[in-house]
Amino acid sequence: MASQLIARAGRAFGPVREARGVPRWIVWAGIVLTMLFVVMALTAPWISPYAFDQYQDASGQRFVKQQAPSSAHWFGTNVQSTDVMSRVIWGARTELKVVLFAVVVSLLVGLPLGLLSGYFGGPVDRVLVLIMDALFAFPYLLLAIVIAFLLSDKFGSGVATAAFAISAVYIPQYFRVVRNHVVSLREESYVEAARALGARPRTVIGRYVFQNVVQSVPVIATLNAADAILTLAALGFLGYGIQPTDAAEWGYDSSRALSDAGAGIWWTGLFPGMAIVLLVTGLTLLGEGLNDVLNPVLRRRKMEPVTLPPRAPQEDQG
Amino acid sequence: MAKPTTSLRTYALTRLALVLPMLWILLTLVFFMMRVAPGDPVTAALGGRLPEKELQDRRHAAGYDKPLIVQYVDYLGDVARLNFGTTITDDRPVTDVIIENGSATLELTFWAMVVALSVGIGLGLVAGRLRDSGADVSIRMFGIVVYAMPAFFLGFLAQLLFGERLGWLPTSGRASPEVQFLLPTHTHLYLIDAIIYGDWATFKDVVLHLILPATTLGLIIAGVLIRLVRVNVLQTMKGDYIEAARARGIDEKSVVYRHAFKNALVPVVTVLGLQVALLMSGAVLTETTFNWPGIGFELVRYLNNRDYIAVQGIITFFALIVIFISVLIDFVNAWIDPRVRY
Amino acid sequence: MSATAPVLDVRDLRVWYGSARGAVRAVDGVSLQIRAGEVLGLVGESGCGKSTLGRGVMGLLPDGSAVDGQVLFQDTDLLKVSDRQLRRMRGPDIALIFQEPMTRLNPLMRIEDHFSETITAHEPKLSKAEVRRRSLEALGGMGIPPTRFRNYPHEFSGGMRQRIMIALALVLRPRLVIADEPTTALDVLVEAQILSILADLKRNFDTALLLITHNLGIVAEACDRVAVMYAGRIAEEGDARTVFSQPAHPYTRELLRSVISLNTTGLHYIPGAPPSLIDPPAACKFHPRCPDAMRVCALLAPVEQRLSAGQRVECWLHGPGDRIPEGGREPLEQEQIAVAEEA
Repeated sequence: MASQLIARAGRAFGPVREARGVPRWIVWAGIVLTMLFVVMALTAPWISPYAFDQYQDASGQRFVKQQAPSSAHWFGTNVQSTDVMSRVIWGARTELKVVLFAVVVSLLVGLPLGLLSGYFGGPVDRVLVLIMDALFAFPYLLLAIVIAFLLSDKFGSGVATAAFAISAVYIPQYFRVVRNHVVSLREESYVEAARALGARPRTVIGRYVFQNVVQSVPVIATLNAADAILTLAALGFLGYGIQPTDAAEWGYDSSRALSDAGAGIWWTGLFPGMAIVLLVTGLTLLGEGLNDVLNPVLRRRKMEPVTLPPRAPQEDQG
Repeated sequence: MAKPTTSLRTYALTRLALVLPMLWILLTLVFFMMRVAPGDPVTAALGGRLPEKELQDRRHAAGYDKPLIVQYVDYLGDVARLNFGTTITDDRPVTDVIIENGSATLELTFWAMVVALSVGIGLGLVAGRLRDSGADVSIRMFGIVVYAMPAFFLGFLAQLLFGERLGWLPTSGRASPEVQFLLPTHTHLYLIDAIIYGDWATFKDVVLHLILPATTLGLIIAGVLIRLVRVNVLQTMKGDYIEAARARGIDEKSVVYRHAFKNALVPVVTVLGLQVALLMSGAVLTETTFNWPGIGFELVRYLNNRDYIAVQGIITFFALIVIFISVLIDFVNAWIDPRVRY
Repeated sequence: MSATAPVLDVRDLRVWYGSARGAVRAVDGVSLQIRAGEVLGLVGESGCGKSTLGRGVMGLLPDGSAVDGQVLFQDTDLLKVSDRQLRRMRGPDIALIFQEPMTRLNPLMRIEDHFSETITAHEPKLSKAEVRRRSLEALGGMGIPPTRFRNYPHEFSGGMRQRIMIALALVLRPRLVIADEPTTALDVLVEAQILSILADLKRNFDTALLLITHNLGIVAEACDRVAVMYAGRIAEEGDARTVFSQPAHPYTRELLRSVISLNTTGLHYIPGAPPSLIDPPAACKFHPRCPDAMRVCALLAPVEQRLSAGQRVECWLHGPGDRIPEGGREPLEQEQIAVAEEA
């Protein structure tokens, strides 16, 4: 089963290799940007010059508050005397941790629900669709704020709370996409044929429907991850995300930096903000590029230019 | 295969009937979400600041000592009468909050939408038409990067550039304090009020304050619209009726504008409804960034003060807006595309 | 210009278009003529290039195609005129009727708008009343009542949509109409109606009609002359009755034998599959599947011959004898064609 999946994945990458021109460029740009931050997140303990909440150096000397970029602090320091660069690097870790968690949880809940609901239909499906549609239409940030707020009352704010709040917001999205896909697949001739031959629902879902649906998951998950980072940063900005003592978070740093702008202090807000923009752009490029490449509607194969050869010498008509 | 087109009126009635279950579900969700927190809102907001007797009185006045099911029915009844409660912390009817701060948000989101639609649709159409050209790629990148910028970052940059260094545009509030003090608020929509008031300097002040927040929020939405419109244009250009129109000798420009673009925009209208949710989320951030006293700003403030009644009232209002907008969008969609009406 | 000069004179047309695997030789040297009031049926299996031929005449080819030869429409070479001129001719001079009527009308535009757009694109000075009158007249000729003029496409059935498409194609009175499988997507009864409409064209307006189809029955019923196409070339062409009663090319013969009728007792088929247009067989393109293939068929491309009954045919069976080398007439040893062999 695993080897089958891997083989299938390998075949799915055929189009990536075949695609030419713009789409391939986009995918690679996305991969590079994303990997940059992944590496940053993974190697944070080693490459970060200081700890994310460190406000004094080894000898106990307190860092200068809001110091401009210098050799000791490449990105400068912020109002709490912590090093901006370290917080950006450690922030990568926080973002990726939370987002990974959120995407996985949303998938684990949304995908099966969507599959089953779409396949079996009936009143349960209708109710679920109504609920999910209602949630989906609701401003996601408000939902996230309220959930984060309520959860933090009970569980204290932290990585887990933020992650749960974000997953809750994105479950309806996965549900919707998967369900709609399944519903359209259900009408496909090969599914109908399988059912006519007496295949059990488990087989039909597992073999035909699931494989098909899974194909669209990478694109959605990637684009979702991009969105999730924005949501997390927004939560952090508004103060419902992660406390600065728990972990570094770019959104929170941005909120502190806002007042700095008035005083002309640009480094405290620019670097965390740029980090958000770059990571989200990277993920979006990756997702869009994948979509361009995998989606048969948008795909454009390379075409050889056609030249007509000179004609064979004309034989005179007998 | 042939079927007569349902009249718009029948469609409207059917659609409205479907609204009720969705509305009911949303309201129920809001109700239960607000009661997840332990204790009651009165204690949460004012506990420790007032004597116990006082708290009890307030609790009773707000109806929090009644059994849950009674509270639920009361709540639904209140919503039906558009009564959103009274805040605990500053004793303001939530309806007032909605009107005063809601109009601030309305003004912001309206102009943001204007920016988003003109920039987003315009650039999206160009990108789709000139597929894979330099213009197309740059427009796409622009759309992606702009969406990746959180409202507060754009706000931060704007404040750096315009506020501090160049001082062209104000970065805080809806109007300068003097103007705010003097302007009579009939509609609470400052732009309209300023026009009514008739003073040019006041009008200019209000407009200037509107520019940065509306553009910030608008550009973010434009980023999404660009991608959407572009994909739709690409798909539409492949349509069979496009080739058929060309075969009848219709010139390319007309084919593109009258057939491709128009048809490409129809699915966009549907998605516009979803953009409203995005718009409102973005509004919360934008308002906080620019100190714009809108309803999102107030929501955050009430949340920080643990004023759950205010929060419940505001969120309920949002739920109603969401439903209303989605019905409106469906309606517009049916008006544009005759195939949709059942 | 004599009275019997052809409306359409295609001379050695080649249309090759690009694909991921190489150039597709959809039309590889085709010549044919159609006179006013004449119906020429163009038959062939799917993928033989007949649709490309129709589109090539109109100039509606995809990006990356290469075209050469001559397409003379009443003395104008359509391959040499500017895009703008060609566009002006589409509608008033040459019209194309497509295969699938369901998707060929803009779902957001009323029928009325389709007509006014088409007419005013070519005759912008006409008054609204005149535009309306002509549209209703064209629709009326197709049996569509004026009450339905303001309906949307989805309110019509497939057959009606095809009639609307035909009306749209004819409203400007073109001299040449190309119908690309106009009835393939429709049921038999509707097909009969459409065919009779097309037959009327010739009677009433002296229109020349190129009828592209894979259905031999239609050809027999509606066409004056027929051209049989195989792998991008015309195998045989002549008067319909003659070709059907005395087919000169083995392919035509096999095609006719494959047709199912009430007398059919066993299924006849031509072994193998239509050849790849990217890498077609050498010399005579039919030789791998031809039951009468000779050695020369695999060596030299056949020369066009004119037969006494009036047909044109490209087949070594009909000579010219002096071109066939020594031993060329020996039967060709065919490799066994596996049943599942795909082009």
